[in-house]
Amino acid sequence: MHKILIVGEHDGKTLNPATAKCVTCATGIADAQISIALFGEDTSAVASQAAALSGVESVLRVDRPENAHPLAAILAPQLVALAADYTHVFGPSTSFGKDLMPRVAGLLGVAQVSDLMAVEGAYRYRRPIYAGNAIVTVESDPSRKLLATVRVASFQAAATGGNASIESKALNVALPTHTRYLGAKSGSTDRPDLQTASRVVSGGRALGSAENFKLLFSLADKLGAAVGASRAAVDAGYAPNEMQVGQTGKIISPEMYMAIGISGAIQHLTGIKDARTIVAINKDGEAPIFEVADVGLVGDLFQIMPELERLIGT
Amino acid sequence: MQKIMVCIKRVVDYNVRVRVKPDASGVMLDGVKMSVNPFDEIALEEALRIKERGANIEVVAVSIGVADAQQQLRTALAMGADRAILVQTDAAVEPLTAAHAFLALAKKETPDLIFLGKQAIDDDANQTGQMLAAIWDRPQATYASKVEISAGKANVTREVDAGLETIEVDLPAVITVDLRLNEPRYVKLPDIMKAKKKPLEVTSLDALGVSAGVHLKVLKTEPPAQRQKGVIVKDVPELVAFLKQKGLI
Repeated sequence: MHKILIVGEHDGKTLNPATAKCVTCATGIADAQISIALFGEDTSAVASQAAALSGVESVLRVDRPENAHPLAAILAPQLVALAADYTHVFGPSTSFGKDLMPRVAGLLGVAQVSDLMAVEGAYRYRRPIYAGNAIVTVESDPSRKLLATVRVASFQAAATGGNASIESKALNVALPTHTRYLGAKSGSTDRPDLQTASRVVSGGRALGSAENFKLLFSLADKLGAAVGASRAAVDAGYAPNEMQVGQTGKIISPEMYMAIGISGAIQHLTGIKDARTIVAINKDGEAPIFEVADVGLVGDLFQIMPELERLIGT
Repeated sequence: MQKIMVCIKRVVDYNVRVRVKPDASGVMLDGVKMSVNPFDEIALEEALRIKERGANIEVVAVSIGVADAQQQLRTALAMGADRAILVQTDAAVEPLTAAHAFLALAKKETPDLIFLGKQAIDDDANQTGQMLAAIWDRPQATYASKVEISAGKANVTREVDAGLETIEVDLPAVITVDLRLNEPRYVKLPDIMKAKKKPLEVTSLDALGVSAGVHLKVLKTEPPAQRQKGVIVKDVPELVAFLKQKGLI
């Protein structure tokens, strides 16, 4: 029997879909008994969402005012306390999970598998290295607890329809006061979330300006798509950092990824290679993006974007 | 603020296209150009900028790895670090081992701040800084895109999935840096000459009382699955027809 604890990611209202993908990853382990841990100020709403995920047996709520914001230094000792009963602790490979999980591994003195992309056994996994240019199969010691961050682009979300038990946990853990949350600034829009959208339209440096990104937004809205950007476009100041797709930005797996004016640097391709269909539009027919695209169109993107927008839905 | 420690990793240069060995035993490293991990270069640059703003701050660059990692520490010294320490080992160093070695150095050096890159571009683990903060029992501020130091505190803006988040941490603390924190300086020839005279101490994991345990055994290393090259269409109507036929629009 393998007891797997998954750290749920949420904003107090909605469970992040990354959590459901971690559940799918965990169900790939034989004889898995899966629990989800939720830390927050009031996790009642997200607890019922977590309990509905198919394959989950129990949801553990840890509500206290200090958990209002997910600070790794605050959550880690609580997760260590909860982890005592588990053989595996998984978190999503999002900025939340990547920040928190190694701190927990450090406190426990155990190894972590980062960006787990395939389960080959309860202690044998595959993960990417060198920006996805190589895939390693790693094995850990079954006598020790295993921590992992789950590469969410590699797994489908678990279905709903489950009916897990929900339990409130009062943990007697002293929390540090050396780390304080001050605030957040998000470029939140009405558009779909980049990480989980089924369609994504991304722009590169060839767009030439932040102003020209508006053409991209307009096309994305017609498609009901989220908007992304290459690292070059973000570095040039055309788009905010949270829009960056690639190895050092978001790794995504939409049904359709449309790359406009993106040449296709390896670190960008790493972030999109799990997309179902890749569409490339670029003026340079030799651009590496065409090597991985399912369909490509060579031409002037400032003519193509408006025409495409016009012809979609006709 | 008196001392900043910066952790540097020797990695395959980011311009090298890494290839997997045919026998799946690893990646080809013979004769490949090695460099300072780019994120660590940003970490060092930030430490140097803090030093240049303040009075009398010592910047110590530290690394763990083979004897040749002295080259990367010399680069760090040429950029402006005051001295360097190499924990020399031929063993494969896992993040947990690295964190313990850095902890041993932190106990000796007692820095006010430790900077690291958010991840190394070889194993992409993204663990060492957080593990170090955990076992040092100090705050962590990961993925920093802005760092402001005031009396005994650091105000750090972090790049998170939803945008930017700002936290305040008491010093000493561990800060891991993201791409957009700064643009590292170029090293000039006179600085390279000067760096040769700066102190570079070599120690070992044994001397620090750290064992290089293997927690994760690497069974094989394979190339990634390749995507098939698709079709090129000639105009927008053809593209739209393709997307409609695939049921994508």
